[in-house]
Amino acid sequence: MRILPCGDRAVLVEVDDGPSRRRLDAALRRQPPQGVVEQVPGARTVLVRVGAAGDVPGLVAAVRAVAGGALQGSEPAQGDPQARLEETVRISVRYDGPDLEEVAHLLAVPPEEVVRRHTSQSWTVEFSGFAPGFGYLLGDEGGLDVPRRASPRTRIPPGSVALGGPFTGVYPRPSPGGWQLIGSTDARLWDPDRDPPALFAPGARVRFADVRQE
Amino acid sequence: MLVVEQVGTLALLQDLGRPGHTHLGVPPSGAADRPALRLANRLVGNDEGAPAVELLLGGLTLRAEQAVVVAVTGAPAPVAVGRRVSSPYAAVHVPAGCTVSVGRPVHGLRSYLAVRGGFAASLTLGSASTDLTSGLGPPPLEPGQRLEVGGSVTGPSRGSDLTGARPGPQRGVTLRAVVGPRDDWFSGDAVHALASAEWQVCRDSDRVGVRLQGPALSRARTDELPSEAVVRGAVQVPAAGQPLVFFADHPTTGGYPVIAVVLDEDTDLLAQLAPGDTLRFALRRASWLPL
Repeated sequence: MRILPCGDRAVLVEVDDGPSRRRLDAALRRQPPQGVVEQVPGARTVLVRVGAAGDVPGLVAAVRAVAGGALQGSEPAQGDPQARLEETVRISVRYDGPDLEEVAHLLAVPPEEVVRRHTSQSWTVEFSGFAPGFGYLLGDEGGLDVPRRASPRTRIPPGSVALGGPFTGVYPRPSPGGWQLIGSTDARLWDPDRDPPALFAPGARVRFADVRQE
Repeated sequence: MLVVEQVGTLALLQDLGRPGHTHLGVPPSGAADRPALRLANRLVGNDEGAPAVELLLGGLTLRAEQAVVVAVTGAPAPVAVGRRVSSPYAAVHVPAGCTVSVGRPVHGLRSYLAVRGGFAASLTLGSASTDLTSGLGPPPLEPGQRLEVGGSVTGPSRGSDLTGARPGPQRGVTLRAVVGPRDDWFSGDAVHALASAEWQVCRDSDRVGVRLQGPALSRARTDELPSEAVVRGAVQVPAAGQPLVFFADHPTTGGYPVIAVVLDEDTDLLAQLAPGDTLRFALRRASWLPL
């Protein structure tokens, strides 16, 4: 683990891999250091921001103390199969996206197999970014790693279910984007009047279902 | 009630933003120049974080349907009540039926107009701030729009406030910054160049980020950085080597390395830098790092 400076009010904690990052993020949420305003996970990092510069030395000490236990594997990681900390979010999908055929071609499988791989595994929201409510989800089993489109679309309709690199995600609002679109959902990914407003908060477990099978 | 008669380049409602939701992909947003917003509110006796109007290059006219008290701070701009010349950096009485106008600032970019009571606005995640990139908060002000006055009063109108003396022209601005978190992704020359060069503010700067032009900052590593969270003031260096400083509506995560991060209180200076203005960085190491 490395604790890196991030200005006068935050540190960026870097660990070796995704599972360690999940454990650290969960442990810090359970035992927030004094003065914390934000805690933001990334792929292999957790950013912790405090309200005053004077809180940073204490923050560094607290992160070291919490990380000691979390990274030795004594704490369950959200997303680990044995740890059912979060209720699973279920998303009904129409697998009729304009890039479904292309994705099938890239993976050298029939389109039905793309749908089977997307619906047969559990996904974990690793981190957010890009837009309010947009989560980057990794699957437990993988098998859907595809490159982004060569030229991004200028407008992707909200509710589009997409693949990009090892991740899947759902566009919460109309936006440009370069991911491969495999389907669409009516689920409201983002509702500022709901608490929490994002359906896909970091650490959440997600299953996708084919509406034709329901 | 205040009626918008004229809007300049851009007029947005802003308060102190919506921190605490970054992990859901929500930028902090809020006033670009937070001390100016606080001062405008203090001058009219409001809670310091009440919603006020953030003006880019002035140019706002409001008609007061009821008597109101307003104050204009930030980039010093001429203020007029009806045809009478008034003053920025002071509480100004606007009689019922009269207009209040804010002209183009003599220097700086962003002025703030607060009204005694604050502007009433619906809150998104606890804030009235407009974030055009994320589509959160109320839309920009438009002529004909009616603005309701709220109830954020906490005390008497102060008239004037010595702690917020009017700023001079922003020449030779120096931003203090802490090296890291990703300085090890750059050549040793790059950190030196960041500290020693004079940087020019580019035209395509906005509330998302302030783009800078100067010597190219060369990378020591060319692999891709996995996405990680960034903060207001982060100096990110995309592949071309020209840095940009993330600002109020910055994306919550980024994929280019951050070479240094501007001290939180110095980020407000960015709000008043116009294209062509120059700045320098005064770099320091984090005090808690072992030597």
